[in-house]
Amino acid sequence: MEMIAILGSQGLWEAVLRIATPLIFGTLGALLCERAGVLNLGIEGIMAFGALIGWLAVFNGTGLWTGLLVAALSGAVFGLLHAVLTVPLGLSQHVTGLGITLFASSLAYFIFRLSVPLAASPPTVRPFQPVELGLIGDIPFLGPVLSSQTAPTYLAFAIALVLMYVLFRTPLGLAIRMTGENPHAAEAQGVNPVRVRFACIMVGSAMMAMGGAFLTLSAFNSFFPTMIQGRGWVCIALVVFASWRPGWALTGALLFALVDAYQLRLQSVLEDSIPYQLFLMAPYIAAIAVLAVTARRARVPQALMKPYRRGER
Amino acid sequence: MRFELRETRSTALIIGAPVMAIIAALVLAGGLIALAGASVIEAYRFILLGAFGTRSSIAETLTRATPLILTGLAAAVAFRARLWNIGGEGQLLLGAIGVAAVGAELTAGLPSAFAIPILFVVGAFGGMALMLVSLGLRQVFKVDEVVSTLLLNFVALLFVSMMVEGALRDPLAFGWPQSVPVADNATLPRLMERTRLHAGLIVALLLALVIYLIQARTIFGLQSKAAGFNAGAARFAGVPLGRTLVLVACISGGLAGLAGAIQVMGVRGHVTTDISPGFGYSGIVIAMLANLNPLGVIAAACFTAIMFIGADGMSRAVGVPSFIADVTVALSLLTMLVALFFTQYRVRW
Repeated sequence: MEMIAILGSQGLWEAVLRIATPLIFGTLGALLCERAGVLNLGIEGIMAFGALIGWLAVFNGTGLWTGLLVAALSGAVFGLLHAVLTVPLGLSQHVTGLGITLFASSLAYFIFRLSVPLAASPPTVRPFQPVELGLIGDIPFLGPVLSSQTAPTYLAFAIALVLMYVLFRTPLGLAIRMTGENPHAAEAQGVNPVRVRFACIMVGSAMMAMGGAFLTLSAFNSFFPTMIQGRGWVCIALVVFASWRPGWALTGALLFALVDAYQLRLQSVLEDSIPYQLFLMAPYIAAIAVLAVTARRARVPQALMKPYRRGER
Repeated sequence: MRFELRETRSTALIIGAPVMAIIAALVLAGGLIALAGASVIEAYRFILLGAFGTRSSIAETLTRATPLILTGLAAAVAFRARLWNIGGEGQLLLGAIGVAAVGAELTAGLPSAFAIPILFVVGAFGGMALMLVSLGLRQVFKVDEVVSTLLLNFVALLFVSMMVEGALRDPLAFGWPQSVPVADNATLPRLMERTRLHAGLIVALLLALVIYLIQARTIFGLQSKAAGFNAGAARFAGVPLGRTLVLVACISGGLAGLAGAIQVMGVRGHVTTDISPGFGYSGIVIAMLANLNPLGVIAAACFTAIMFIGADGMSRAVGVPSFIADVTVALSLLTMLVALFFTQYRVRW
């Protein structure tokens, strides 16, 4: 009975939105890169670096939004690096992405150790506070759930809507999708595939970094190594689940967050009979299971992972 | 500016590329050391001292290189067939916990000559099983093995955590979550007295040689290469793709599992969740630094071990965080990718 009662609790749905936010940022970022034809496995490291640098900026006295912006910029820089290596040089997107992840995350830990001395409890910042919603906050159930969320969560939803609009309703979106499907055709239409890919990777990576920064500036208030915990890889899986559509990416992130929030609460109900590690495994196994169901049907951008060289087939 | 495919590649270029890549990575990391306020030359001197300065530091470096050779081979074998096994970390952990499960009691009465090989096989099976899950997901459901192996790393770590706190917990460890120790007869013999260097190094070196010979001299070696270069053409030429991939997955997962087994039997004696400081991930870098050559893996693993062991000593001496080793190794992967590109292409203005 208690297992069902959890689903009706306000706390669960507050947690769902909070857990989903970094996944929405990350999944949309990865989706944008892949729509232009480039897989970005740098996501895990870019999120870690965004988490560190955003937090470090705020720790050193900047505003929270400036921190988020600094994180986004750092993401764009790593995106630029990924773009240089995978677009003009056409290097393996798998290996380059993993290299970026290893580089960005180890650089984040290095900078963290350098700027914050070892201490028993890590230093904290004052994170984003819940947004006052006025009348909406009075709606039963929904009101309190929404009132506990911070501004970046709303930003994530807004970005999803913007991305949906841009990708499917604007000439720019057409150019992006064409570059991901057939860069040669795009080129024939006067689109510069190289430029489109650079822009998409940089903007997408900026989103990933903001997802990381959400963790240190809103969900928690401090940075610690290994805090990303595979969230980036989950985002890569969610893109496949979403079949490269932003609306489904949003849905997928929320569903995944529901699984995660549910298992966290179930742990406290069933902690005596079942080892807690089995619950913690659930999200990862859910991600793999979802892939097993959806991967066959997913409509992959046709030029994904195929380097583009002018005049070469 | 454009890039033009080279028609011939000189030996100097092929050998020079990784050397240039590592130098470039060291120079870039030097910038970070300077940023941290230390003298770059001094820092690198301490890294070399830390890795080679004394008899025991040399032994420690070789001890660190042992699992890295195996995880490097695991990645190199798989990547050659374009099977993107990024799950070395999880496979290593399953190999380790497998040894802890079997090694404590089942092999306790056996002489070492039997117990050690049996546990090697158990460890290899642990890694193999996890890799075959990912291969199965790829072959049946078209699940990208990169994502599945990466996600399974976290599942494997949680599984090990569950075991060392549950079924395999050592009751004598004062509540510390660690597994029961492997029996003495399953402990690998030491190669140097008063150091931790153990016979696992010889196993790793031999395996590198064996895999080199398999790749260079056997039909399977050629088939796995063909499957990687052009799967369609390979199938057309009669290569049994499915069987080849299963075999590659078994070897790759098995090597990673064996790394875990050897780490338990040679160094730790028991399993904890921190038994691997990223050996599986480092293996990917090592395979790429070696340009997937099994003998090159030995050199690349030694470079990585030198950086990690050396950076510990350097960190104590000049106060630069030892994470600089991780940064340097990751950078060397990126510079190596660029260097490999220029062994294949030349720049035309």
